[in-house]
Amino acid sequence: MTIIIGMEGSANKIGIGILKNGEILSNPRKTYITPPGLGFIPSETAKHHQGCVLEILDEALREANVSLKEVDAIAFTKGPGMAAPLLTVALVARTLSLMWNIPLIGVNHCIGHIEMARAITGANNPTVLYVSGGNTQVIAYLEKKYRIFGETIDIAVGNCLDRFARILMLSNDPSPGYNIEKLAEKGKKLLTLPYCVKGMDVSFSGILSFLEERANNLLKKGEYTKEDLCFSLQETIFAMLVETTERAMAHCGSSEVLICGGVGCNKRLQSMMNTMCEERCGRLYATDERFCIDNGAMIAQAGYLMFKCGITTSLKDSWVTQRFRTDDVLVTWRDD
Amino acid sequence: MNDVSLITQGAEGRVFNAKFLGKNVIIKHRFKKTYRHPDLDDYLTKERIKAEVKSLVRCRMVGINVPALYDVNLHASEIVMENLDDAIQARKFIYERKADRSEVLGIGKEIGAVLAKLHSNDIVHGDLTTSNILIRPSSEKPIVYLIDFGLSYVSDKIEDKAVDLYVLERAVSSTHPDSDGFLEVLWEAYREKGGKKLNSVLLKLDEVRTRGRKKLCFG
Ligand SMILES: Nc1ncnc2c1ncn2[C@@H]1O[C@H](COP(=O)(O)OP(=O)(O)O)[C@@H](O)[C@H]1O
Ligand SMILES: [Mg+2]
Repeated sequence: MTIIIGMEGSANKIGIGILKNGEILSNPRKTYITPPGLGFIPSETAKHHQGCVLEILDEALREANVSLKEVDAIAFTKGPGMAAPLLTVALVARTLSLMWNIPLIGVNHCIGHIEMARAITGANNPTVLYVSGGNTQVIAYLEKKYRIFGETIDIAVGNCLDRFARILMLSNDPSPGYNIEKLAEKGKKLLTLPYCVKGMDVSFSGILSFLEERANNLLKKGEYTKEDLCFSLQETIFAMLVETTERAMAHCGSSEVLICGGVGCNKRLQSMMNTMCEERCGRLYATDERFCIDNGAMIAQAGYLMFKCGITTSLKDSWVTQRFRTDDVLVTWRDD
Repeated sequence: MNDVSLITQGAEGRVFNAKFLGKNVIIKHRFKKTYRHPDLDDYLTKERIKAEVKSLVRCRMVGINVPALYDVNLHASEIVMENLDDAIQARKFIYERKADRSEVLGIGKEIGAVLAKLHSNDIVHGDLTTSNILIRPSSEKPIVYLIDFGLSYVSDKIEDKAVDLYVLERAVSSTHPDSDGFLEVLWEAYREKGGKKLNSVLLKLDEVRTRGRKKLCFG
């Protein structure tokens, strides 16, 4: 029997999940929510995490009915992410490790998303679209690595959505992306936005600055509603993502797609991707907000796979890093 | 047109075998992508077809190997072109000949020379991957064909050409992680063929690479 705790806090969510032989026993999470118009800054986010990390740990252990002495390993997010929040969680992980003499496992956050989504959906060897607040990548597995075929050449898709929500002064509760999605459902009129795809790469900064310059004026003149603008933004950026995912599928000869990362729970993105897959007789795998959005169980899941291969992280190597590319990790746990 | 049969579904459209004026041809049909808004789809499809047709002709004029263009129909979203039926994707070629290093490096050299010619003529391909380069084996040296010009455009900017090469570099290192020396040979041939003017593109490529690596990747 293997019990793994996973601890995640690389951005504005902090979560702790407990897995027993790969089965999720508990997975509580808290989100640092800022007022409309404001983003989250690293130091404030770290304070938020410091304030509630022990409470969440208690909750996770209680719900799982597990005590620390039964735990086989503590997986924590090594990166990528924001330094101060990453450090906060790693510090707690290291302290628990020393107090209870439990091995540590440093996990790449993106690998956590991919492995959690693979475990939940049963997708075997899909082309992966990883879309979150800090990252946008089109990934496929080949010879022991998750290789990046396409990515954003500037800002991440989630960052583009969050910043647009700030222009419109939308609420950040439960998340800016969710509120854009709800408004977009009622939008009808498509505003032509810059569309920027380079092979399998995408760019969003042009769209954002286009909207920054014009959005408020268009609203004032009554030409477009907030709903229309949300709709136009989603239709454009999701079309770009589906297009580059399809390009990677054609290139790799793959017929399955897996969407993961926080933006991945957007229903419109999922439905567009599903239509694309149907048009090429392929299949879409996606999960809901419990697993798409950053959580502790995903770190535990990747940690579990690593632990089974005998991988642990020594105290001296348990540092964190803001930059940690998905293709830096040797995927020893896959045999294909 | 009869005897139409689907060969493959690429990244943007479906590719069919067909007969046209007695010739074996390829029809590339960019079908309606219903996942995206109809206005956006219509706009993108037309732009891509126009770009592809223009670049095929431009390449042909300056002696870069591309399929000959026979016909185009913007309403039906179709391009009719020469069927390079004895050519295979560079991607397949490299996978199949993994063991024969000198043969793989040989096509790297040929590709480098073709790309130098492309960029010397201010054509940026926009989607350089080993799926969009075809190789026709021949008794002497293999012949390299470029296809799939939907994202191409005309530009004399060093930056645009450097990004074009960067896209290829990333595609090659992800698709063919064990093809040691392939890119080096390719750049060398590009430098040799491209002369002074294109040397600045390779210098810029260094800069584009560093920018790519430095990019923050938050979770
Ligand atoms: N003229 C041609 N002759 C032979 N095969 C072709 C030709 N054009 C395309 N193909 C085949 O069809 C595939 C897809 O065509 P491509 O032009 O790359 O379309 P897409 O934009 O959909 O990727 C190519 O990778 C190649 O295998
Ligand atoms: Mg192609």
